[in-house]
Amino acid sequence: MTRSTSRLPSALKERLAQQRQEGGLRQYVVYLAFVLILITFSVLLQDDGFLTSSNLLNIGRQSAPIAVMAVGMTFALGAGEIDLSVGSTVALSSLVAADLVGDYGFAVGALGAILVAMLIGLLNGLITVKVRIPSFLVTLGTLGIVSGIARNWNNLQSLPIRNDTFTGLFGAGSLGPVSSLLIWTALIGTLGHLTLHQLRWGRHILATGADRDAANAVGINTVRVRLSALMVSATAAGFAGVLLAGRLAIGRHDLGQNDLLTVIAAVVIGGTSLFGGRASVTGAVTGAVIMAMLNNGLILMGLEVADQMIARGVIIIVAVALSMREQRES
Amino acid sequence: MNEPALSATNISKAFRAVQALDNVSLSLHHGTVTALLGDNGAGKSTFVKCLAGVYQPDGGTIAIEGTEHRISSPQNARDLGVETVHQALAVIDTLDVTENLFLNREITRGGSLGNRLGILHKRRMRADSEATLARLDIRIPSLRHELGSLSGGQRQAVAIGRAVAWGQKIVLLDEPAAALGVEQTQRVLDLITNLRNDGVAVLLITHNMDRVTAVCDQAVVLYQGRKTAEVAVNDITKDDLVAFITGTRKTI
Repeated sequence: MTRSTSRLPSALKERLAQQRQEGGLRQYVVYLAFVLILITFSVLLQDDGFLTSSNLLNIGRQSAPIAVMAVGMTFALGAGEIDLSVGSTVALSSLVAADLVGDYGFAVGALGAILVAMLIGLLNGLITVKVRIPSFLVTLGTLGIVSGIARNWNNLQSLPIRNDTFTGLFGAGSLGPVSSLLIWTALIGTLGHLTLHQLRWGRHILATGADRDAANAVGINTVRVRLSALMVSATAAGFAGVLLAGRLAIGRHDLGQNDLLTVIAAVVIGGTSLFGGRASVTGAVTGAVIMAMLNNGLILMGLEVADQMIARGVIIIVAVALSMREQRES
Repeated sequence: MNEPALSATNISKAFRAVQALDNVSLSLHHGTVTALLGDNGAGKSTFVKCLAGVYQPDGGTIAIEGTEHRISSPQNARDLGVETVHQALAVIDTLDVTENLFLNREITRGGSLGNRLGILHKRRMRADSEATLARLDIRIPSLRHELGSLSGGQRQAVAIGRAVAWGQKIVLLDEPAAALGVEQTQRVLDLITNLRNDGVAVLLITHNMDRVTAVCDQAVVLYQGRKTAEVAVNDITKDDLVAFITGTRKTI
């Protein structure tokens, strides 16, 4: 017992030195940032109710759709692709869900919305790998197309959802004291984490993202891998649309449309490389919570929406700058 | 001599009007390192790509362990036991040593369902990696190190280790010590010697005469797509080999 404790400091030092070799401490920066921001706001906004349980729950609920989108985006970025159409996919899937729930019930509503999102992902993926256009441009195109369809869906009007099962399951409800949104986020996050780090598929995604030629050379079907990564991203966005529709009890053409920057910021500060090959699902989820926390803190401080947008932009540039530096170092 | 591990007979390959390979024959034997020599454009790479399944030869046959095969793709070559280590290394910098050694050959756990899902058996892969590296005497500080943090020689060693880790008996190495320092080059040459002692048939493509005399048993020289020499390295001087490579000598 005493022997093991006396050995601990040197063992810890060794482990840290090794960690530096294995890909840097940067992957832990996001958790440190999370704690620092939490403490800072707790102190600064002590009298504004930041640290109340209702406010913290609010942060959690707000981060849920972002976190789900971020999990999907982690797959796209990990594979060396990017999906700019997630926001418009959220909007369209919320409308599809709202439309279907009324006639066919909650299950068809949710599954239909996710199916439509998967089709968008399939389209993104097929154009990217078959026509060989960078996903950046493909999804910029589908971003416009899907946004347009969403606007036309109900002539810019929101569609109400009057189905308690749907809204309870995907937003307003809770299991004991825990909001269903948090349960879904934890579930998607765990699923994403296990897929990326415990399955062959996840490893092939990262290999493809790091070096597509080398991945091809060892026989990985990189076309299929990239297609699947873009489908995961869109599917997750579809589910985020279901969660937003559930929480707000509506489907609307502008839901999620402003979330793209937030999602990318969450994923990148979470330690995922914008250039592929390095990805962290837990980091992305933590990043999403950080973004929601910042959002909430800035509102409590009295910042306007415009100021929040500026803050978000700055955060992305700083996060990307850090990620670029890491890239150049290695 | 016993049956060749790989025997290529009368391999020809043309690219439009250019006859890149003209009836080239060559045999690789277990426990033997064969050098494939030739000037730039002599057809070395084309020949290796024919063996590796990258190119389909226009004519000729390839037999592996005595059985004739049409090698239709790199994966097909791999399935037949022929592994290639290219000059541009097929290693992933952001994955660690074990992950690279087992890339696209992952061991899964959880039975047939686990295999279908692809649930990685990380512990077993790590143990197997340790065993493989020990067997080949490849020294890497830690299996958890990302490839990007290793030296050129270590990366090369991992790439070669990857080629032979699964009992592949025929290994084609394309300039494996290019761009390496003196000590690292020595390490790679030692590794090639280990492969030979392990009974692997090695084809070593190189420009460097010192490497030929250091580790090779046989030497084959190509000149303008034709085989001009096939000799035991001990039976020929370095100068004579160079003469064959530059084309000043064309027959033994």
